[in-house]
Amino acid sequence: MLSIKNLHARVEAAEILKGLSLELPAGEVHAIMGPNGAGKSTLSYVLTGRQGYEVTDGTATLDGEDLLSLEANERAARGVFLSFQYPLEIPGVPAMTFLRTAMNAQRKARGEPEVSATEFLKRAREVAGQLKMDFDMLKRPLNVGFSGGEKKRMEIFQMAMLSPRLLILDETDSGLDIDALKIVADGVNALRSPDRAMLVITHYQRLLDYIRPDKVHVLAAGRIAATGGPELAHELEREGYDKYARAA
Amino acid sequence: MTLSLALEARDLSQLPSRRDEDWRWTDLRGLIRELPAPSPEVTAEISPGPFGDEGEAELLVVNGRVRGDAGLLTLAEGEARVVRLRFVSATAATGHGVKLAVSLAPGAQLTLLESYEGLAPDYLADAALGVRLETGARLERIVLAGDHAEGVSVSTASVSLAPGADFAQTVLTDGARRQRLETRVEHPGQSAAVRMDGAYLVADRRHADLTTAVNHAGTDGTTDQLVKGVVADQGRGVFQGRITVSPGADRTDARMGHHALLLSDRAEVNAKPELLIFADDVACAHGNTVGALDEDALFYAQQRGIPEAEARAMLTEAFIGEVIDRIVHEGAREVARAWAAHRRVG
Repeated sequence: MLSIKNLHARVEAAEILKGLSLELPAGEVHAIMGPNGAGKSTLSYVLTGRQGYEVTDGTATLDGEDLLSLEANERAARGVFLSFQYPLEIPGVPAMTFLRTAMNAQRKARGEPEVSATEFLKRAREVAGQLKMDFDMLKRPLNVGFSGGEKKRMEIFQMAMLSPRLLILDETDSGLDIDALKIVADGVNALRSPDRAMLVITHYQRLLDYIRPDKVHVLAAGRIAATGGPELAHELEREGYDKYARAA
Repeated sequence: MTLSLALEARDLSQLPSRRDEDWRWTDLRGLIRELPAPSPEVTAEISPGPFGDEGEAELLVVNGRVRGDAGLLTLAEGEARVVRLRFVSATAATGHGVKLAVSLAPGAQLTLLESYEGLAPDYLADAALGVRLETGARLERIVLAGDHAEGVSVSTASVSLAPGADFAQTVLTDGARRQRLETRVEHPGQSAAVRMDGAYLVADRRHADLTTAVNHAGTDGTTDQLVKGVVADQGRGVFQGRITVSPGADRTDARMGHHALLLSDRAEVNAKPELLIFADDVACAHGNTVGALDEDALFYAQQRGIPEAEARAMLTEAFIGEVIDRIVHEGAREVARAWAAHRRVG
C-alpha cells in the first residue's frame, strides 16, 4: 500500500531523512522506533504534506499514486490520516463542526455526496460510545481545555469517523496514563483490517504491548537502520538505540 | 477639529490631521483636498438594510436627513424596544453630517441595530450620537458599518451613564477608504456596567479605525472590552482603546483585550491600548496581540481534508466568532455571524 523509496527530506537547511526506504503492505501494522531527533516526526510530516518539509530525492506512493505531489488535504481525501503527537486546539470551532467539515471536504474531493446531519450524528454517537467518550465533549471547541488523554481520544475518534486507509500514529502514547492508553489502543485495534495499513511511530516499546506490530523498523539518523519482528522492540527497550546511533 | 465642523463651516482646516495625537493613524486632512458639495435630499425608496426586518421600528437617515420620527430613540421610563437606525450615504461625491440624541429614562431598554450603508462612492459622512442612560436603563448597540470602499465616514457616539445603567455595544466593520467608529463613555461607576466590543475585517486597501475612551469617575464600575481584527491585502486596522480610572474610582474592574491577525505582509494594524489608573484599589487588565494565523492549526485542518482556503476562512471566522458570541440580541447575533462568514478576508 505505502511504498517509500530512498526518501531524502530537509527542514530549512538541515537534511533529516537521508535515503529512507520502507514497504508497508495493506493489512499490516509497522512500528517505527528511534531515538529523539532520528526523523520520526519529519517522516510523518513529509508523508502528510506539511509545508516547510522539502523532499529533495526519492518517492513515496500510496497504491502506486505519487503522494508527494499532492496537497495535504488531497492526501487526506485519499485516506492518509495522521494522529498528531500534540493535537491542536481550535478555539471557536466545535469538534462536531470541524469533523463534519473535514468529512464533507474529503467526500467532495472523492466525488461522493455530502453526509447528512442525521447520518453524521448517528455515526458520531456510535463511535463516541465505543471510545467511552462523553458525547457533550464533541459540542465543545475542538480540543480546547481537553486533557492530554482526551485529545488523543479525540484523534482516534476522528480517525474512526473518517475511516482512512493509511493510519500514521505519531507518539500516540505520549501523555497517556495506562487506562487511557488501553482505550486508545482498543480504538486503534478496532480499525485493523485487511485493506488498511498502519504506521505506529513511537519512542517506547510500551505502546506496542497494546498495538501489536507485524514489523518493527529502527529509524536512526534519517534512514531505516534495522527491521525485525515484534521482538526487536523488546531488544531496543533492553539495550537502547546506542548501537544504531553509532552505526549511523 | 472634526469632520462635522469642517462640513458645517466648509473649512478644510477644521479636519483632524496626523498632528492630532488621537487621529495620527486616521488622517483626514491629508486625504481630503477639497470639500465636496453638500449632499442633496433623496426621496427615493431605500431597500432594506443589513438587519432586514429585525426589531419593530426603523429610523432611516439618508444623506444626513432624518426620515421618520427621531422620537423612536427617546424611551420613557420602563419602555422597551428594538430599533433599526440606518445611516445611508446615497449620493456620490457629496458630504453630509447628522446629529441624533438617544435617551433612555430609568429602567428603559433599547436594542439599537445601527447600520452605515454606502450606496455610492466618494462621500464624506459624519454621524454624531449623544446617548444618555438613566438609572437602571439598558442599551445594547450593535453597529454594522458597511461603508463604500471609496467612502469616508466618521461616527462618534458620546455616551453618559447614570449609576446602575448598562451599556453594551458591538461594532462590526469592514472599513472604507477611511473610516472611524468612535465611542466615548462617561462612566459613573456605582454598578453601572459597560461592554464595548468590536470586530474589523479589512481587506483590499480599506481602513477601519475603532477608537474608544471610557472614563471611570466613580467607585464600583465595570468595563469589559474585546476587540478582534483580521487584516488582509493592504488593509489597515486601527484600535485605540483608553480606559481612565479617575482618582477615587476605587473597586473599578476594567478589562481590555485587542487581538488581530495579519494575513499579508502589507497589511497593517496600529494598536494603542491605554489604561490610565489614578485610583489605588482597582482590578484592571489588558492584553494586546497581533500575529499571523496559526500555521500549526492550519496544517491540522488540512491534514483532516479541509482545503487551505477553507481552513483559513474557518479559523479566521472562529477567531472573530468570540466577539460575535457576546452579542445578546439573537437576531443581531445571527446577522453578525452571516456578516463575518460573508466578509471573509484573505
